[in-house]
Amino acid sequence: MNSNHTLSVLVENKPGVLTRIAGMFARRGYNIHSLAVGPTDDERVSRLTVVVGTEAVQLEQIIKQLNKLVHVLKILELDPDDAVEREMQLVKVTADPATRSQIIEIAEVFRAKIVDVSHDALTIEAAGNPAKLEALAELLAPYGIREMVRSGTIALSRGTRSITDGSKLRMQRAV
Amino acid sequence: MKITGAQAVMKSLEMLGVDTVFGYPGGAILPAYDPMIEAGFEHVLVRHEQGAIHMAEGYAHATGRVGVCIVTSGPAATNLVTGLADANMDSIPVLAITGQVATTAIGSDAFQEADVTGITMPITKHNELVHTAERIAGALKEAYYIAKSGRPGPVLVDIPKDVLNDLIEWHWDEHIDLPGYRPTIRGHGKMVKEALDLIASAKRPVIYAGGGLVRADAGEELRDFAERLQLPVVTTLMGRGILPDRHELTVGMPGMHGHYAGVKALQETDLLVTLGARFDDRVTGRLDAFAPLAKVIHVDVDPAEIGKNREVDVPIVGDLKVVLGQLLRVLDDKEEKGLLEPLLPDTKAWRNHLDELKRDHPLLLDQPETGVLKPQTAIRAIYDTWGDDAVYVSGVGQHQMWAAQHIPYSRGGQWINSGGLGTMGFAVPAAIGAKVGVGRDVPVVAIDGDGCFQMTFQEIAAAVQHDIPVIFCVINNGFLGMVRQWQSLFYEDRLSQVRLPQDCPDLLKLADAYGIPGFRVMHVEDLDAILAKAYAITDQPVLIDFRVDPDEMVFPMVPSGASNDDVLETAEQWYARAAALAAAKLAAAGEDQL
Ligand SMILES: Cc1ncc(C[n+]2csc(CCOP(=O)(O)OP(=O)(O)O)c2C)c(N)n1
Ligand SMILES: [Mg+2]
Repeated sequence: MNSNHTLSVLVENKPGVLTRIAGMFARRGYNIHSLAVGPTDDERVSRLTVVVGTEAVQLEQIIKQLNKLVHVLKILELDPDDAVEREMQLVKVTADPATRSQIIEIAEVFRAKIVDVSHDALTIEAAGNPAKLEALAELLAPYGIREMVRSGTIALSRGTRSITDGSKLRMQRAV
Repeated sequence: MKITGAQAVMKSLEMLGVDTVFGYPGGAILPAYDPMIEAGFEHVLVRHEQGAIHMAEGYAHATGRVGVCIVTSGPAATNLVTGLADANMDSIPVLAITGQVATTAIGSDAFQEADVTGITMPITKHNELVHTAERIAGALKEAYYIAKSGRPGPVLVDIPKDVLNDLIEWHWDEHIDLPGYRPTIRGHGKMVKEALDLIASAKRPVIYAGGGLVRADAGEELRDFAERLQLPVVTTLMGRGILPDRHELTVGMPGMHGHYAGVKALQETDLLVTLGARFDDRVTGRLDAFAPLAKVIHVDVDPAEIGKNREVDVPIVGDLKVVLGQLLRVLDDKEEKGLLEPLLPDTKAWRNHLDELKRDHPLLLDQPETGVLKPQTAIRAIYDTWGDDAVYVSGVGQHQMWAAQHIPYSRGGQWINSGGLGTMGFAVPAAIGAKVGVGRDVPVVAIDGDGCFQMTFQEIAAAVQHDIPVIFCVINNGFLGMVRQWQSLFYEDRLSQVRLPQDCPDLLKLADAYGIPGFRVMHVEDLDAILAKAYAITDQPVLIDFRVDPDEMVFPMVPSGASNDDVLETAEQWYARAAALAAAKLAAAGEDQL
């Protein structure tokens, strides 16, 4: 059974590291659902959040193959029940005087913000879990979505634990 | 004192103990060829960069040390691609150094620019584009370490021309700092015990011994372990010789062209003790029908191999030499306490059964006393001539399979071939590299096909120039034999583009052109006399043209995509099976009509 799994991956901030990871996924035929990457509190380390749609056996293989990359420092699979997962979405919707207020209402229900207004369009910024963002897009669709962008999921485990806890990361934290 | 980046490359290679590099100069790497004149290692000038990397591979295969090659940017670097992929598949430690256009020109489609780290990313264990001369020593040191440690493999270091010319303060230290790379060496103690318990309760256990054991230099440990527990052993194409073929526990080779008993041992076993093997499709045949009754112990230094193709009952990640040492130590411990008995499986009946299979199903060879020379006879005679001391290197095709089947190997590293990638053209350069590695006293014999030979024979010039006396044997069947065999068997004998004129090129004239002795064996009765003459020549390369029966096929054979239960020993069996399958299909079609 295919289902989505969220992996947090700490990597050395070296040139080409993203290519290595993306290339490995492509070469072995793994499906990337979304991928977000950015800096961490340690400038030598970047953090990727990869959502993959796969079955459990293959997930284990993906994690092992990722681990073989020399620049990959640590991989954690986040338990969906015990993690905060967020994604950001910007949607530009057609809006005329007749529909504008309805659209604003929908946005409010989703705690989304109107970040740009023009003659015949509104741009809405929303954040949340992927299901919520999909629901929002679905409600906006009848008005005419002109363009849309999503950031890919980022996630952290709940509670006090951290991905670097108890790890043998020999990299000292930058002072 | 300041030195150039190029000098730093030389010094780094010296510090790493490199004694030979295989290479070819050109624009971007030119700065490195100047200080090389004084460097403390030999350089073998190849004739094509593919030759350089296969030589480095052959050297690594034969010695266990890292093979090093050095070439320029662009087309030279792309000429390494085949060898890198080959080394990656067969876990061969290779360090490839490539020149690159100047950092200021990178990305501008400059002359001889190619994105070499990008191109080779999926076929190397690791690679690095070096941005500063200060980084050269660190990059080479790490590359060398990554290449040889854990699961070995090829590592490429790409160095721009300006970086080679920059002046730096020389600095070298042994410290390695790779926070994301820490191979597991010792096996998990609990798993080691579980493995022994599982073996103790097995009725038909077999060791499935792969190339990982050769890489780990674990031949002695394997022998001790197999003997202590009386476990029969099959050795894969990459593991041939790691337990000597003459050892009573050796069953043979498994796989598509394995020995009958080797194939059957894996099919009938109830416990696969998998050591450094990877359930390759050429071994397993149809995966869901492979070793259907077996539980699996899998020991490998690469965790990703464990559970990749076959579910595992006892996984052990670790270096094979170390893990076998751990297993042996537990056995020693138990023995001291008088508790060994319960750990010994009763394999007597099983071993007798396998011995019977071996006896009743030998390799079949129908060699007339005079006239036509069978390729298998030629290969056996080659072995009889150069014997157990020699290293045998093959190309890819029928001759490879015959050489794997018919020569009784007696140690790891004695049999060198391209298993995972199946690279035609491997043998000539790999044999040259192997000979450089093993030195004067050990003969190195290339057993090549007429097709393969023509892909890389230009390297004979390098062997001549650098005084590397390899024996080049061409099993000349006038065909791309293995492809012809498949066309015969799978495409109703419709031969398409597989014929190679046996006398084009004329190999005697070719030998002459290279200034080396050449011999030709036309008939079986000439074999011994000619081999005796060739054997007497030890101070220069030799070329022997074996004109063999073009129609011979490799058996046993498990049809591609079939279950290993379907191992066929002769062409007659093959055609009988094909006819039966066709009849069954017809009958089924007939039923449909009713
Ligand atoms: C580079 C490359 N190209 C094509 C093949 C496909 N192939 C496998 S075996 C073979 C024939 C080899 O012919 P030869 O060297 O004469 O050996 P033989 O099978 O006749 O012993 C071919 C074409 C390959 N393995 N490698
Ligand atoms: Mg041939």
